[in-house]
Amino acid sequence: MAGFLDRMLGKTNKPKTSATAKERLQFILVHDRINLPPEHMEQMKQEILAVISKYVDVDDSGVDIALQKRDRDSLLVAEVPFSRRAESVELDDDLPDEDDAFLHDNRPTDAL
Amino acid sequence: MAAKVVTITSGKGGVGKTTTTANLGVALARMDQKVVLIDADIGLRNLDIVMGLENRIVYDLVDIVEGRCKLRQALIKHKMFPDLYLIPAAQTRDKTAVSPADMIQLTDQLRQEMDFILIDSPAGIERGFRNAVAPADEVLIVTNPEVSAVRDADRVIGLLEAENKKTPRLILNRAKLDQIRKGEMMSAEDVTDILAIKLIGIIPEDDQVVPSSNSGVPITLNEGSRAGQAFRNIARRLMGEDVPFMNLDESNNLIKRLGRLFAGGKGI
Repeated sequence: MAGFLDRMLGKTNKPKTSATAKERLQFILVHDRINLPPEHMEQMKQEILAVISKYVDVDDSGVDIALQKRDRDSLLVAEVPFSRRAESVELDDDLPDEDDAFLHDNRPTDAL
Repeated sequence: MAAKVVTITSGKGGVGKTTTTANLGVALARMDQKVVLIDADIGLRNLDIVMGLENRIVYDLVDIVEGRCKLRQALIKHKMFPDLYLIPAAQTRDKTAVSPADMIQLTDQLRQEMDFILIDSPAGIERGFRNAVAPADEVLIVTNPEVSAVRDADRVIGLLEAENKKTPRLILNRAKLDQIRKGEMMSAEDVTDILAIKLIGIIPEDDQVVPSSNSGVPITLNEGSRAGQAFRNIARRLMGEDVPFMNLDESNNLIKRLGRLFAGGKGI
């Protein structure tokens, strides 16, 4: 009965193509406006993460780096949670001495 | 008296720039404004035929710029409105025959005598577009509720921003209300959300637009036409009047209206 009423009133479960059009445009226009094609965005994300990972342990599963628009301006919004396990490892460790710090500084090259 | 220069552009071709320019020109002239329309689409002249003035052309835009005639000689007077003029595009030249500086010089010569100078821009974002927007005090972007037209409109808005032009206003042309209601076409609200610029008018799809350009009589002269009414409203807004947006819901069928009410449809 509810389904019948919905059909009578022009409501269906089919997604509206106007909403699809709006979504697709909003996605591509953020990229168009800063001249960054979506495939470069993916590469940039990986590089940003690689840089952050040089300094802290990142929880990859919770990473969200995306372009957003604010009126006609575009901005990059990044949510990069740090991995909990890394924290506890640090806590369990003794205070690092000079050599450890030196090693730690060198880690980035491996990460890349 | 100093004219306002208004450029009508779109990025994409075929969305209704020329129809819009012709109709706004006529609508402004009906309100006793002195108006010059300039067809900046050099090589693809068509504002003259839409206005019904194609048989009166002696000189064109390039003739003025290259000094083969006086500005006055190239102004074609409209048949019905003595204060409505057209400067046609050249047909046998290309866009490089005119520069943005030429356009600024030409409009500066006309500003003192006119109320409005409307420039019909060619499609695209190259030289012809740059010529058309160079002298503009205000830019109107014409688009259709289709992904291709909206994307191109966004590109044009970005280029105008980069040139520090005043933020353009939007004309949504060829809106089909029944399709919008069914969610098969983006509404004016959808499009302004995406483009983040203000709307100056919505032109409903109207079967009489083609017949009216067939005979060279812009549809805004047709009192009964809703598209004509929409153009007249835009003209009044250009003159600074605060005109509420038309209720484009043409159906007065009670059952349909109730149905929409229950369905939460807002129209456009």
